[in-house]
Amino acid sequence: MSEITQEQVAHLASLARIALTPQEIESLTTELSSIVDNVATVAEVATADVPATSHPIPLQNVYRADVPGTTLTPEQALAGAPDHDGSRFRVTAILGEEQ
Amino acid sequence: MSHHEHEIVRLSAAALAEKLGSGEITSQEATRAHLDRIAAVDGDVHAFLHTNAELSLATAAAIDERRANGEQLHPLAGVPIAVKDVIVTNDMPTTSGSKILEGWLPPYDATVMVKLRAAGLVPIGKTNMDEFAMGSSTEHSAYGPTHNPWDLERIPGGSGGGSAAAVAAFEAPLALGSDTGGSIRQPAHVTGTVGVKPTYGGVSRYGAIALASSLDQIGPVSRTVLDSALLHDVIGGHDPRDSTSLTDSWPSMADAVRGADVAGLKIGVIRELDGDGFQPGVLARFREALDLLAANGAEIVEVSLPSLQYAIAAYYLIMPAEASSNLAKFDSVRFGLRVNPPGGGTVEDVMSATREKGFGAEAKRRIILGTYALSAGYYDAYYGSAQKVRTLVQRDFAAAFAGVDVLVSPTAPTTAFKLGQNDGDPMAMYLNDIATIPANLAGIPGISLPVGLAAEDGLPVGIQFLAPAREDARLYRVGGALERLLEERWGHTLISQAPDLAPGEMTAAQEGAV
Repeated sequence: MSEITQEQVAHLASLARIALTPQEIESLTTELSSIVDNVATVAEVATADVPATSHPIPLQNVYRADVPGTTLTPEQALAGAPDHDGSRFRVTAILGEEQ
Repeated sequence: MSHHEHEIVRLSAAALAEKLGSGEITSQEATRAHLDRIAAVDGDVHAFLHTNAELSLATAAAIDERRANGEQLHPLAGVPIAVKDVIVTNDMPTTSGSKILEGWLPPYDATVMVKLRAAGLVPIGKTNMDEFAMGSSTEHSAYGPTHNPWDLERIPGGSGGGSAAAVAAFEAPLALGSDTGGSIRQPAHVTGTVGVKPTYGGVSRYGAIALASSLDQIGPVSRTVLDSALLHDVIGGHDPRDSTSLTDSWPSMADAVRGADVAGLKIGVIRELDGDGFQPGVLARFREALDLLAANGAEIVEVSLPSLQYAIAAYYLIMPAEASSNLAKFDSVRFGLRVNPPGGGTVEDVMSATREKGFGAEAKRRIILGTYALSAGYYDAYYGSAQKVRTLVQRDFAAAFAGVDVLVSPTAPTTAFKLGQNDGDPMAMYLNDIATIPANLAGIPGISLPVGLAAEDGLPVGIQFLAPAREDARLYRVGGALERLLEERWGHTLISQAPDLAPGEMTAAQEGAV
């Protein structure tokens, strides 16, 4: 049985920027432990002599000519933003008071 | 819905295209017939998240006008098509089944949409899906589940349950899907329809909202093998906007179906996907199909791919790892939802509150799992090991394809289960993908087509063929041949046996009341 703790899940949630509720942390801890027990079997055959594959059909050096293509206009890029000032995305404070 | 419309929506895309070409039916009539069908049955099926009758009819009218002016159009011009909501469309909202993108109107079209529009197909709506394509039942859609047209209390498969249900319920002759671990093929299996996952890189992913970039692939969904082939020919080919897109030139998949023949074809039955854990009625229909192929000149042999037993484990590490990275873009800044926590906060607080509110339970589960698999101290044991299993799976396929032309298995272990049956047991849900996941890990193409109904529950069963990378045409060859042999034996198509979702519609039409 994998030892995934609630503290660990809370830490993962902060890394993933999701403000999980205490109830979600509790249920996710149980579910993750069960899932991780199942998926951990990969280690049984993943021996040192087997190379890793990151991509199903490897391609190398995919370049294009260095010429400007068609891009979105600022209006198009901002059209779906929750908040903007007409030319830039607007966000709340980057730094908290303690920083 | 008139009698005439009732007949239009039951045509295959190929047959409809012929009638459009000859002028017997206009695209406006065909589009209106499908919109009326959606109005009649989608309250029960819920295959669509969005339709826009005015927009679709205007597109159809423009095609009719060009055709009337004598312009040479693509054979599929004027045929309606449903689009999975994972694919961005510049004239219809795109949510990927998530609340975090509710109402988002993309500023651009996916490459497959550009190609569809250039060929004159008529987008008729966006179809429901598990949130960010995470699921096998559409129960993880933030907008409620889709219902299986064969039995409305059962799942239509997932994640592309909406696209499969749309074609199964005669709401569209064609649909686009996306397949990361089976999301085109497993819904085809449970709805008695056809779905194809092309070779990785065979169809551009530009504008497909990414779940797992090394596994995702867009592909066709339809009621016949030829219709999938015709659509495949429209959407396939190199796209400079997708750097994983292959530069190969592809043969016509439609020609492969038209010349379909299995004589001399060597077919390998995957031993690891033919027994334990598979429903008896699924196996019975599967074996009958193999016998039929053998009786028509195919050579059937058994092959073993021992690494497949680790494929699900590897998949459920690689997919969440990639998903956790891909979904980081939903940061409440550039598009989608923003939730301001009570009392305000920093941009990080806003981001965390937004993602808590905007993502559903399964998306959170996979993001956290992926973050775990990638975190320091666990990376080698989990993600690194999973990538090694990927190598082993690829080697197994390479060895198998050295001896056979195509591989075969049932598409999924069971027929459609009841909505809610796997609630609270994510691992049980994940096992639905046991037969479909290996193709995504290896990048190879796969097709699912119907082979009959399971005796115990009367629900559709699909067969899956797999071919080596770049050999998609082989799938159409064997799929087209098997479909023809089965329909000759049955004397009808399988989908014609699906229940009538709008009883009374025909009677009313015949009495002139509609």
